[in-house]
Amino acid sequence: MAHIELNNDLPGIRGLMAYRPETEQPLNALAEVLLRGDNTLSRGERELIATYVSYLNDCFFCQNVHGALAGHYLDCNIDQIDAIKADMQQADLSPKMKALLTIAASVQKSGKHVTPEQIELARAEGATDAELHDTVLIAASFCMFNRYVDGLGTWAPQNRQFYVDRAPQRAIDGYQSSLFK
Amino acid sequence: MPHINLPSEFPGIRSLFMYRPETAAPLNHLVQTLLHDPHPTLSAGERELIATYVSRLNTCKYCSNIHGAIAKHQLGGDGELVELVLADPDTAPISTQLKALLKIAAKVQAGGKQVNADDIAAAREAGATDVELHDTVLIAAAFCMYNRYVDGLATWQPDDAELYDKMGKQRASEGYMTAPFKVNRTEQQLQNS
Repeated sequence: MAHIELNNDLPGIRGLMAYRPETEQPLNALAEVLLRGDNTLSRGERELIATYVSYLNDCFFCQNVHGALAGHYLDCNIDQIDAIKADMQQADLSPKMKALLTIAASVQKSGKHVTPEQIELARAEGATDAELHDTVLIAASFCMFNRYVDGLGTWAPQNRQFYVDRAPQRAIDGYQSSLFK
Repeated sequence: MPHINLPSEFPGIRSLFMYRPETAAPLNHLVQTLLHDPHPTLSAGERELIATYVSRLNTCKYCSNIHGAIAKHQLGGDGELVELVLADPDTAPISTQLKALLKIAAKVQAGGKQVNADDIAAAREAGATDVELHDTVLIAAAFCMYNRYVDGLATWQPDDAELYDKMGKQRASEGYMTAPFKVNRTEQQLQNS
């Protein structure tokens, strides 16, 4: 049960958003531009960054929502997404993506953990300034979303197939609307 | 030196906002809603104190200085109160309710799961409402984002207290949506940054 009376039964961040529409709007707009807007990083790659940071923050709801979306875009099942989270260096990902995930993992600890060497490595693998910027901001924003979802004690469906089943519709609708309304 | 090529005339998050207007819009809208727009019960000064405190816990120089300055101007110019809260909320001359909310904010800074039922019960006991609890958690969470964004890209973060005070006064009166000050730096200053 959530720490506050949300007056709705929606899971995770959706319950919080329905409770407080004033903050729902910029939060959804941020997720939309970061994860779905025009970008040289694919939607799957950006969802994977969000998933990885949510995993590092141990946020069940966010890592399953975004893991299912990453799987949807990248044509991976839950086991494959789990394997990437557990050991992304050994995963079948591009060197650039591994370098960006390394930076995202530093941001998860704190902004100051990002080193010039990590930035140089990502650049050497082809990352652009815009991609570096968006990687840091996606990672930082999930340090917010994860804390928001867990800090207010929201509930999350425990059956992971729930998230997989909903990912295709979310991929079509984007983040500006709730599937549950 | 910032990790990416940012406009040099703007400090901290403002350089990032100039670099990427598409993400600046929702980020600015969020901070305006959380900290500046009218709130049913929490004053702008109280909300700025939460933002400042979390930024200090995250050791983000730019955010803790600018929000500390905004808090001061929202609190009638009482910079000493801001310093006392940053030093130790428990002994600062603030309400028991705000102390309880700052305690929750510190838990959020450490991780969302750190907030427990006792923290919530203590805040309620001191008079906190559901909206106040919600907004405290979201303000603290949002500054765990803003701080990481500002430090993670190694933005320019001035040491000039007067500059923060000037910028803080502007934000306290205008809110977050107006154009920022430009700070022109010499070649020498840029090389040393």
